[in-house]
Amino acid sequence: MIALPPPKADVMARRDEILAGLCALIPGDGVITEALRLRPYETDGLSAYRQPPLAVALPTSTEQVAAVLRFCHENGVRVVPRGAGTSLSGGALPLADAVVIGLMRMNRILDVSFPDRLAVVEAGVTNLGITKAVEGEGFFYAPDPSSQLACMIGGNVMMNSGGAHCLKYGVTANNLLGVKFVTIEGEVIEIGGGHLDAAGYDWLGLITGSEGQIGIVTEVTVRILRAAEGQRAMLAAFRSTEIAGAAVDAIMGSGVIPVALEFMDKPCIHACEAFAHAGYPLDAEALLIIEVEGSGEEQDVLLGRLRAICERFDPISMRVAASAEESMAIWKGRKGAFGAVGRISPDYLCMDGTIPTSELPHVLRRIGEMSEACGLKVANVFHAGDGNLHPLIMFDANDPASFAKAETFGADILKLCVEVGGCLTGEHGVGVEKRDLMPVQFTRPELAQQRRVKEAFDPEWLLNPAKVFPLEGKLAPAPH
Amino acid sequence: MSAEAGSRIAPADEAGVAAAVAAAHAEGVPLALEGRGTKAAMLRPVQAGRTLSLRNLTGITFYKPEEMVISARAGTPLAEIEAALAERNQQIGAEPPDLRALLGSGEATTGSLGGTVACNLSGPRRVVGFALRDLVLGVRFVNGEGEVLRSGGRVHKNVTGLDLCKLLSGSHGTLGVLTEVTLKVGPAGERTATLVLPVADEAAGVAALSSGLTSPYGVTGAAMLPEGASAAGVAGPVALLRLEDVEASVTYRMARLGAALPGGRVVEGEESRALWRAIRDAAPLAAAAGEAVWRVSVRPSMAPGVVVALRARIGARVMLDWGGGLVWVAAAATAEAHSAVMAAAAGARGTFTLFRAPDPMRVSVPVIPEEVPALAALSARVKAALDPGGRLNPGRMRAGL
Repeated sequence: MIALPPPKADVMARRDEILAGLCALIPGDGVITEALRLRPYETDGLSAYRQPPLAVALPTSTEQVAAVLRFCHENGVRVVPRGAGTSLSGGALPLADAVVIGLMRMNRILDVSFPDRLAVVEAGVTNLGITKAVEGEGFFYAPDPSSQLACMIGGNVMMNSGGAHCLKYGVTANNLLGVKFVTIEGEVIEIGGGHLDAAGYDWLGLITGSEGQIGIVTEVTVRILRAAEGQRAMLAAFRSTEIAGAAVDAIMGSGVIPVALEFMDKPCIHACEAFAHAGYPLDAEALLIIEVEGSGEEQDVLLGRLRAICERFDPISMRVAASAEESMAIWKGRKGAFGAVGRISPDYLCMDGTIPTSELPHVLRRIGEMSEACGLKVANVFHAGDGNLHPLIMFDANDPASFAKAETFGADILKLCVEVGGCLTGEHGVGVEKRDLMPVQFTRPELAQQRRVKEAFDPEWLLNPAKVFPLEGKLAPAPH
Repeated sequence: MSAEAGSRIAPADEAGVAAAVAAAHAEGVPLALEGRGTKAAMLRPVQAGRTLSLRNLTGITFYKPEEMVISARAGTPLAEIEAALAERNQQIGAEPPDLRALLGSGEATTGSLGGTVACNLSGPRRVVGFALRDLVLGVRFVNGEGEVLRSGGRVHKNVTGLDLCKLLSGSHGTLGVLTEVTLKVGPAGERTATLVLPVADEAAGVAALSSGLTSPYGVTGAAMLPEGASAAGVAGPVALLRLEDVEASVTYRMARLGAALPGGRVVEGEESRALWRAIRDAAPLAAAAGEAVWRVSVRPSMAPGVVVALRARIGARVMLDWGGGLVWVAAAATAEAHSAVMAAAAGARGTFTLFRAPDPMRVSVPVIPEEVPALAALSARVKAALDPGGRLNPGRMRAGL
């Protein structure tokens, strides 16, 4: 288990006073303090970790967020920002002495401009909610994390979320024009807006993916894009992961970059097929789902080229969708992958390393060996075009030994990702989950430099403590 | 290491850069940083006793076309990288400009990779694709104390830790000395073609560009040459919409685009490429010697108003890119003209950069917008976090920073 810092004794001693102060800042039912009502906030998508907070604040405006932060800063109270609580890395895990600032009540769409191709939304608008607001005019918001039905744009900004289609359209950072954020002192700062590339330091780039370490985002200006005329998928199944990996390299080097290029290994294919009956070939060792965009005739041209590339790698089978319905059928298994694995195992850990795509066969072989050695099954699903690997490690949360083994296995996979030239996390964030692995990827001076940048915004380490950075300094565990 | 005031150091490797920065830090000597010196005329002049040149840190260190990744040392000319990419039909998606002519540089080759990233310079494709900073997958750099550090890496998706790659991109050498940069690259379109559409004025031009950019046809360039401006044989006032893709797509989409926006003609191939090179480098602005040049970035729909105001107030000449969102402005190098540009950018809730001006003007006006006090305090704290002695490019972006 990963350690959390000890609660601040002075804060715990002044609990009632602090709660009364908070309640005065947000009228009505905007502050939760009763144990039973705090329960839903005690964890996020990394549900193996649970810790009820001191309180939950549910502001309805940037001004209220600023008031809460100013109050917490003055009183030395730690804060944990939270969107929908879908973080898979424990990014929204509370601390016993912290106030969770939940942004779900800030869910208004403030402005949409089709000629300027942008939308201004509050942080608690869901990812899919943005697309829903603009799709009537043929537009969409591009980053599409698996949790897009629930996850909120504020959380997407904090974690720099990705998705299956970022191969073409980029991740959250590449689709933002501006944010309004609040510093720990309660200062409201606007960055960017409707224009591209503000002069001055790239605050927008720094805050995106900062995991709540430097401020809380309350408003976001996103780029919206006109959707292509249509999209269509194909499926190609191969007899080994090496061959499928070589096919991925050939596709990426061909000059035709698909909008999505997904890879599943055999355990994942079987789990998905049993769950979704998508017609996946069960004798394949690896399967690629490839999607292209454009008009019908453009799709034919692109799929024809991709088919010809795949044919060079002796596929077991190929299926090119002839219609939108057939595309949906091809995607059905992949989109249900997490649920499918959840059905065959009581619990799973979803890992998120990135590797250079050429290392794919090597990494999958090593993961297979580790799986056998520790006795836990693993299914691999992978955004192959950009090297973002999602091994799903199956374990039983009721068995502490099984969980410990799963965590060790996961850490070993991430160390392997770094060893082959990749990184600890491609889109889920470091959070609490990968915090103690940071020294695997960064040298001590590199981490110290990042800490100094964080401290420029939050010298007291009140913003989302115990995430991202190994516990040191103001967060160091109490000596035994 | 010691050096006389006004001296120039050009280390042969990263260790030499680190030693030079550590020495400057220890001795309290400000350092002016320089890649290949092509952008010295940008922003504010740096007052420094020593110049640290990255000119000798050259060479591509890693290139995997099938992974769409290239790394090179910071002093490598952009032209060298682009040539290597072109051999494999790839390109830097952000289309960074070659500003030698605009900035009056006599360098024989293009600016450096490190310098271009430090300025976060992107060309026409920015409007639909990514800024150069979006393509920076990893950097090696030396901080103000002389430590060699890395951020990012060589993979496309990486959210591990704070993104110092983006912080350093566009920081104009005030936070660290880039020594090596890894970029995401992509395929060059098999075919390129441009719809040249005569328009009455900027309002009509921006409307046409917006129609193109809100179509499903994958426009990759949207610029406007006003009346009196010309490039590669195309004379304004015209709106220009570019397509770059596989052969069949460009054929199909250009037909659809032409049908949606009738009355234009299509230029293809090298003619189209020359046109967009000129736009990328702001050549159609034809800024005269002694004139100041600004880049104003606004919501595209605000651009026509900005243009009308600047023509009326200071007799500005302009050129539009990024669907109208980027307004290049040339006018007399006066404080009055600068005030007008600042007011126009602020009125449109946009941003500006004084790109080029005589030295007395560059030191006496804010060359980029002032920050609100809370943000200015953060700028100073972040600067101190990376360069505690304030040695790196002091005053380049703002007086006193």
